Amino acid sequence: MLPDHLLSWMIFFPLLGAGLILLVPKRYPTLMKLIAVAATIPPLWWAANLYVQFDRWGTGFQYVEKVPWIKDFNIHYFLGIDGISVPMVLLTALLAFICVIASWNINEHVRGYFALFLLLDTAMVGVFCALDFFLFYVFWELMLLPMYFLIGVWGGPNKEYAAIKFFLFTLVGSVLMLVVMLVFYFGSVEPSTGLHSFDLTILADQSVHQAFLKNHTIRWLCYVGLFIGFAIKIPLVPFHTWLPDAHVEAPTAVSVILAGVLLKMGTYGILRISYPVLPDMALAFALYAAILGLISIIYGALCAMAQTDMKKLIAYSSISHMGFVMLGMSVFTNTTAINGAVLQMFNHGTVTAMLFLLVGVIYDRAHTRDIDGFGGLAKTMPVYAGYTGLAFFAALGLPGLSSFISEALVLVGSFQQYKIITITATTGIVLTAAYFLWTMQRVFLGPQNKKWAELPEISLREAFTLTPLALIVILLGFYPMPVLDLIGTTLKHTVAMVVG
Amino acid sequence: MIPEEFIRSNLEGISFIAPEIILTLAILLILLVGVVLPYWRYRLLFTVLALAGLAGSLLPLWKLPQPAPDLTYLSKLFVWDWLTFFSKPFFALVGVFTILLTQVTGEIDNSEYSECTILVLAVTMGMMLLVASTDLLMIFLAFETMGILSYLLVGIRARDERSGEAALKYVLYGAFTSGTMLFGFSLLFGLAGSTDLSEISRQVVLASQHSQDRLLLIVAILFFMAGLLFKTASFPFHFWCPDVYEGAPTPITAFLSVGPKAAGFVLFIRLFYPLFALGPETGAYQAISGLEWPSILALVSAITMTLGNLAAMHQNNLKRLLAYSSIAHAGYLLMGIVALSDLGLRSVVFYLVVYLFMNLGAFGVVTMVATAGGSEDIESYRGLGTRAPYVCVAMAIFLFSLVGLPPFAGFVGKVYLFAAVISQKIYWLAVVAALNTVISLYYYLRIVKAMFLEKPTEAIQIQVPLSSQALLLALLVPTLGLGIYWQPLARVVSRMF
Repeated sequence: MLPDHLLSWMIFFPLLGAGLILLVPKRYPTLMKLIAVAATIPPLWWAANLYVQFDRWGTGFQYVEKVPWIKDFNIHYFLGIDGISVPMVLLTALLAFICVIASWNINEHVRGYFALFLLLDTAMVGVFCALDFFLFYVFWELMLLPMYFLIGVWGGPNKEYAAIKFFLFTLVGSVLMLVVMLVFYFGSVEPSTGLHSFDLTILADQSVHQAFLKNHTIRWLCYVGLFIGFAIKIPLVPFHTWLPDAHVEAPTAVSVILAGVLLKMGTYGILRISYPVLPDMALAFALYAAILGLISIIYGALCAMAQTDMKKLIAYSSISHMGFVMLGMSVFTNTTAINGAVLQMFNHGTVTAMLFLLVGVIYDRAHTRDIDGFGGLAKTMPVYAGYTGLAFFAALGLPGLSSFISEALVLVGSFQQYKIITITATTGIVLTAAYFLWTMQRVFLGPQNKKWAELPEISLREAFTLTPLALIVILLGFYPMPVLDLIGTTLKHTVAMVVG
Repeated sequence: MIPEEFIRSNLEGISFIAPEIILTLAILLILLVGVVLPYWRYRLLFTVLALAGLAGSLLPLWKLPQPAPDLTYLSKLFVWDWLTFFSKPFFALVGVFTILLTQVTGEIDNSEYSECTILVLAVTMGMMLLVASTDLLMIFLAFETMGILSYLLVGIRARDERSGEAALKYVLYGAFTSGTMLFGFSLLFGLAGSTDLSEISRQVVLASQHSQDRLLLIVAILFFMAGLLFKTASFPFHFWCPDVYEGAPTPITAFLSVGPKAAGFVLFIRLFYPLFALGPETGAYQAISGLEWPSILALVSAITMTLGNLAAMHQNNLKRLLAYSSIAHAGYLLMGIVALSDLGLRSVVFYLVVYLFMNLGAFGVVTMVATAGGSEDIESYRGLGTRAPYVCVAMAIFLFSLVGLPPFAGFVGKVYLFAAVISQKIYWLAVVAALNTVISLYYYLRIVKAMFLEKPTEAIQIQVPLSSQALLLALLVPTLGLGIYWQPLARVVSRMF
């Protein structure tokens, strides 16, 4: 049985959990953790139901909820999902649940940690469901506060710097988005009521745009403003420098959420807002976006090669992988590439989540993430080595694992439009393979490092967090249709709209 | 022989200033009680009397006729429009929170307490008169009532050298700027031969067509700006602000940062719009041609916010930091004045209401921490989050609201202001303000970082009494509530303009 207002429940159920946690007395930390788990299970169940019931052939938004919020500004509480949102909602629900389990060893300020984490969960699901630009913006900004504290309070030695850098970078993007949002608002008039509108479905209708929003320079500036806002989140080179710092300092579960969900919001925002509202600019800007994607792929991979800290390595690999998403999203001559891009968003979410969880496992034991500090770990922790091997091979795009399919789709699709860029981008795959294999060799193979010979094997709880992700990675590697089915219709519609 | 009609209309007019009369009676009563009873024992009594006076001053509002834009009284000295109507409860609220803040924190001694309450009430009365005035003479009288008494308030701690120094700086600066403003008034009077704003505005339209008179008008406008930019602590008349805010007792600083600042902005609306602008036509005004004051103010706005934010970055004393932040906020608020539209005016009023709660809240925490064993220095906030979690969470919310992050009220206020300039296509100012928001985040976060991210250096025990916590709650609820649902307040402000 699904409740009415399903999306609202999914968004605000974690918040209820957060409220409950605040009421628990300090001496029951385990109870707080249990409440946090309990608050993430129903959304996961609902997301699974959503996945089953979602009408794959419907072109419009589904599960729509629309209530007036602020009448004077014509703002609505407007939710709905389409093929792009469903995999993201699913990913968020899954990772939120896994991350709560993965946070079990948090023992400092337990109440604050889990309350903030659930608040973050609410904001994330909200971003993926909001169809009113104002509501989208509120949820988007709402993520910043918990994220700042989660990195800043529970992070590593240099946490203060990382937290403030994350906050400042993202806020630059956000305020640009705010200005553009207001330009859209005043540049549109809803035909039925004569009011300005924040409604994304209305803003996508080019006939509501007023004369000054039809002005080429204004549109160009708006597109660039939005693009920078989203590019900081993705992050594309040269807006990426906050990411490695944030990842290195963040606690494991927060890294997982950051890489698994937050980065996707950048590309999601472009698909949800930039393309529909300013399709002509999307087309005009596509080549530059593709080039930025390419730079991210190569630069991210090269930086990753030079790292000695495992978390930093994965952070740079994220930049490289998100570059593929950007490249795929910039192709409008076919739908293959963009399908690959959205699939890559989902796959990167699962694969990077695994990678960060795995680094967390070793860090909890050895309290170091130095790649050169280990050696022969496969002998000490064979099961752990197995999981890591799977995640590494998935990340480097081994056929039979999920990332291979999405990257292949992106490259096949983009080859039609950008031949040189695509050919150059393939070298990124080679570099990726190089640094992952090299890391594999240094950490797990070779002579056993006596210092770490006594490390305990991966625990049941840790394996429990990794296994569902591993299964998804393998399944989607052989049969990607569960996700491609979901996104196909919507993306066909998106491309058709941009091409006009 | 005075005509009977005149006498009757003036007698009726008195009912419109009933709030001010009630406040005056409350002041007299407190004065009397202060003389009769040993004042050092009856702190609570003075508080109750002052609060009763402020609350009582609002009672007549419901008995008076419906406000209308052209409803003037007392020989056109005052106007009874919606702005006047809603300003009175606003200033009364500022007064109430200030009195409560002085009551719950011990920053002002019992020996000075009765004078303090009297002065707060009197300044409040001055502000109430000021926003209703539509006559140059009355405006100046009310302006000085508010001004001179606030100099006294700043120096109320007679034995504190810093307080005295701050008061002196405030007086010198204030005397200079209000003198300049008065000179501007006299220029206008010479031009129009009247002190009534509606009469002057007719003359200004005529005069602006002659190049000689236009020069006179521009000088008058610049002189007006001196007085108003001083009151609102905007560039280039902001230098007094950090010193005065630091030296004054914190509850008084909080009062100054909200009350007179708000009065200054309302006076902007009262003076500049009827005199130097035409309209409104479909919600937009137009500056009288030849008098390009909006472009000057736009520049002032951009400089004020940038300067305030940049200077705040390196402050270690929280009162100084908040003083610079208050300068920056004056810059944001000027955006609404610059926009020359009804939406712009609404955004100013909306922001002022929101600012009341969040800024009083931030100053409130500063004084509570300082009197509970800490200090005003950022050092004493290190690790405070674990020792006084409730106060620190409140502080964080006030600060994030000042940055303008959702879901707090400050965000909505910023959206209003941004919307105002963007709807008038002044994009550059919106972008400057947007980038300023990012700068401001840095220094507000320094406080948040000290409270939550850093470990305490020494174990100072901070005990914040329950009454202070209740007061913070009263400021927190609107800061959060208006961020989530502000339709009622939006209704009120759209009624005004």
